[in-house]
Amino acid sequence: MSHAKAATQFNQNQARTGWHDQALWFVRQKRDRQAVTVPEWEDLRELGSQIKGHMLSNMDEYLIQFEANAQANGVTVHWAKDATEHNKIVYDILQKHKVQRLVKSKSMLTEECHLNPFLERMGIEVVDTDLGERIVQLKDEPPSHIVMPAIHLKKEEIGDLFHEKLGTEAGASDPQYLTEAARQHLRERFLQADAALTGVNFAIAETGGVVVCTNEGNADMGVHLPKLQIHCMGMEKLIPRLADLGVFLRLLARSATGQPITTYSSHFHKPRSGSEMHIVILDNGRSNQLGRPDFRKSLQCIRCGACMNTCPVYRRSGGHSYGTTVPGPIGSILTPGIDLKKHASLPFASTLCGSCSDVCPVKIDIHTQLYKWRQIIAEEGHLPRSKRWSMQMAAWVFARPKLYRWLGKRARWSLRLFPSSLVYGPWNTWGKSRDLPDAPKQSFRDWMKKNG
Amino acid sequence: MSSREDILKAIKANKPDLKPLPELPQFPQPVEDVGEAFRAAAEGVGAQVISVNNWDELALAVNERYPEAKKIAHQIEGLALSPLDWQQINDAHQLADLDVAIIHGEFGVGENAAIWIPETILPERVLPFITQHLVIVLSKEDLVWNMHQAYERIGTEIPGFGIFISGPSKTADIEQSLVLGAHGARTLMIALMPSSQNV
Repeated sequence: MSHAKAATQFNQNQARTGWHDQALWFVRQKRDRQAVTVPEWEDLRELGSQIKGHMLSNMDEYLIQFEANAQANGVTVHWAKDATEHNKIVYDILQKHKVQRLVKSKSMLTEECHLNPFLERMGIEVVDTDLGERIVQLKDEPPSHIVMPAIHLKKEEIGDLFHEKLGTEAGASDPQYLTEAARQHLRERFLQADAALTGVNFAIAETGGVVVCTNEGNADMGVHLPKLQIHCMGMEKLIPRLADLGVFLRLLARSATGQPITTYSSHFHKPRSGSEMHIVILDNGRSNQLGRPDFRKSLQCIRCGACMNTCPVYRRSGGHSYGTTVPGPIGSILTPGIDLKKHASLPFASTLCGSCSDVCPVKIDIHTQLYKWRQIIAEEGHLPRSKRWSMQMAAWVFARPKLYRWLGKRARWSLRLFPSSLVYGPWNTWGKSRDLPDAPKQSFRDWMKKNG
Repeated sequence: MSSREDILKAIKANKPDLKPLPELPQFPQPVEDVGEAFRAAAEGVGAQVISVNNWDELALAVNERYPEAKKIAHQIEGLALSPLDWQQINDAHQLADLDVAIIHGEFGVGENAAIWIPETILPERVLPFITQHLVIVLSKEDLVWNMHQAYERIGTEIPGFGIFISGPSKTADIEQSLVLGAHGARTLMIALMPSSQNV
């Protein structure tokens, strides 16, 4: 389904759309309040951008360095070209340890690889332990936001879900009560788990360790109990130096949720004695994206979600309308590179207002890349017919000045005089949810002739 | 060819020309009193900050704040709270019913109330998370202003596991309502002490 169609469905409930819009805008405002408390905020963004840009330009060397240092720490490093290989690697590790119960903390990468359904088919119980992720897992839905997976759900819906799945009181919807119920339910899972798997926020080439940021403490409750820990990372998560974390940990939580730092910033370097630690490095199209000069900067992303919280389209269409693992502006520049035809509508899910680029903590030129993807989509013939034909017709008219002037006159006259039922007929798709401007009496050309 | 070789080859072929790695500058400290800033930041993230002069005052404060606590873990000689017998603990899962854990913090960060805890000062890695309530003892002098200084202080001595903790466990995953006590410690009490006492 195209983004526009999915967004139309989302917009059918106007009150809910407004609620969603406000919830995200609230987070954007929290981000602003935190950002202004740091006098060197813009310097940090520039540094973050330069460090990631440097890393991308030397990524192979840093990966080799990272691997060597991790191995020296007693960590096993695996390489996966695509999702299938990634899932097989994880399954093989789990099987070797006879794991039946796996607890996971937040990982958009394993969403990207559809790891959960794969492992479940192989008979392994997988429990997402981030509260938001657990909610969408119980609801059998994908996350709608990369930082707040259940931001699209109301507390009453979560109350109903928990009543059905966790046995909470019917009709109870107090967030404190529901969170407590989830805490009890998940504590049991933590204590029973045979292995823990986490995503990775940063991987440090210099030290061979990985850093995971959470507020709930679920990564640590998972990792430190069983005898097996697995960390899955996209290869762009690398940073060269430990000290670079000083820049990124100052940027990440402030940009994401408007906190000065996440509650927990865990630095995993070596397994506990008697335990094993594995790191899986995934490509899955990232090296291709690195080869696209106009789009490689998208790999600088640190997954804060600020571009979603600020985007007027995301806020009013919801994360699910994008049909991708990473929704919103950043998702709309990352995913066309994976399947251009399938995701051809995403770069158009934007007003090109540029707010995403303004808040991006690593200065990705998101709106410029959205515009550039549009060019490629048009050139490769993936525009919907209505858009293709209207563009061709417009081009034909613009190439004929006399005809253009004559049509302009007709249009000004008819917009004034025709009844709106005629102007907003089914042929006017642009006008479905927008008002045409008031028609001026004369064209700019006529005005110039008189006044110029 | 292995996936490793394929991936590295693809990156080598596709990466842009080398860009410079920026030096990390020092940024000025915008506040005069880092201790005050730390306290304000800690309260902002939901922690309680107390000042104590000796272990007796700490024991009193813990008893007062957590009167129901039955199982308390600490390794502080001279702290008059009957501690868990670590000889009896041979598996981290045995800590599941722990009420209070009292641990040292290596240093705190003024700008965000994060406290660095390397595993070298933890008897078990899971301790600060599995406990219902966490108390971190921090020397008043062991404060830096920002995260750059924090990593400078850590230097190259990176432990097998280390963590910055800023406040109690929390979540806002249900309609953005802030709830303290998601999976980790429900409360965090930071006890600031003169360093001569904190040994």
